[in-house]
Amino acid sequence: MGTATKAVSDSTFESEVLQSTKPVLVDYWAEWCGPCRMVGPVLEEIATEYASKIDIVKLNVDDNPEVVRTYGILNIPTLTVFKDGQVVKEIVGAKPKSALLRELEEFLV
Amino acid sequence: MTDIREVIVIGSGPAGYTAALYAARAKLRPLVFEGSVTAGGALMNTTDVENYPGFPDGILGPDLMDLVRKQAERFGAELIADDVLEVDLKATPKVVKTADDMYQAQSIIIATGSSYRELGVPGEKRLSGHGVSWCATCDGFFFREQDIAVIGGGDSAMEEATFLTRFARSVTIVHRRDALRASKIMQDRAMSNPKIRFAWNSEVVEMIGEDRVTGLRLRDVKTGAETVLPVTGIFVAIGHDPRSDLFKGQLVTDDDGYLLVEQPSTKTAIPGVFASGDVVDRHYRQAVTAAGTGCAAALDAERWLAKENE
Repeated sequence: MGTATKAVSDSTFESEVLQSTKPVLVDYWAEWCGPCRMVGPVLEEIATEYASKIDIVKLNVDDNPEVVRTYGILNIPTLTVFKDGQVVKEIVGAKPKSALLRELEEFLV
Repeated sequence: MTDIREVIVIGSGPAGYTAALYAARAKLRPLVFEGSVTAGGALMNTTDVENYPGFPDGILGPDLMDLVRKQAERFGAELIADDVLEVDLKATPKVVKTADDMYQAQSIIIATGSSYRELGVPGEKRLSGHGVSWCATCDGFFFREQDIAVIGGGDSAMEEATFLTRFARSVTIVHRRDALRASKIMQDRAMSNPKIRFAWNSEVVEMIGEDRVTGLRLRDVKTGAETVLPVTGIFVAIGHDPRSDLFKGQLVTDDDGYLLVEQPSTKTAIPGVFASGDVVDRHYRQAVTAAGTGCAAALDAERWLAKENE
């Protein structure tokens, strides 16, 4: 795990994600997911470059069944943006950095 | 602007990394554009690769790619995890552009591979991420004790169906014909699995569900009768399309988009441009054949450069 992103869990999701005053992007991932390995470094870069705009956190789906169930996650990688405790954006599947930046534009300016 | 390279490899996976390995050993200082999220290619979505020579106990697809990647790096291949957005293959030197930079090389090896094919039926796009998936190894985990469907009749469909039985209560393989394209060993494995059933001669009409998949509407291609298969997950494995859009207008493709080369070499119609792997190959599509043509492309490029720089 990189340094620019932070791990969250079933128990810290409320405080780290839902109560955050900044938009938070949650990366649902697992060790055994090939495309997750590919998107991980891209998110590290985005987290570093846009640290003042958005927090990027990682949720391991193996270890955190509650959040996975609550938000009905059925694919990984799934990237979900939370703002004021609400899901405002969902991106499914690994995408190139340029495409991710385009989809996340409204949260990065 | 950087210096002019001897070789730029566009794409990773077995073809791209093997081309990079051979070019690096030939001291051609290859620069490899791996793609920001496609690095490793199609094997990154697979599990056990049992037919790559040299691995009697099988090897995980992503692990195999890590190894070939490291092997290329060991001999000096320079890897860039970025996407190529534009190329000019006819210029001298040839030009490759990413979002931020421009690179130049005397020769180019193309190994862009292929991407998943979509069915193009109603509901597919809307329910993508809500029960419709193209990656069994990523998403099978979410379908524990559920009934799911795999669409397709080739090796990937059999592999995915067999893999998914680790989680699912039942897996129905939906296929348009009454016989499979898959290899005998993969067919046998699927057919002998008690959790796998087959819906033969069945065409997908629609993916059903409000905010997540609840079923699949099928039409019997012989009788025209429509039925609904109640499933909560749908895995699409109907094949791939070559990733050749980047070269449109510069290189010739066949009707399905596969790049054409002067077989048995990897030469394209443009001198100094070589193509290898799944973006060329509609017949074999194996990790080992992709690695083989990647090697051939590097050797072709090496010979072409030697002549050019005489």
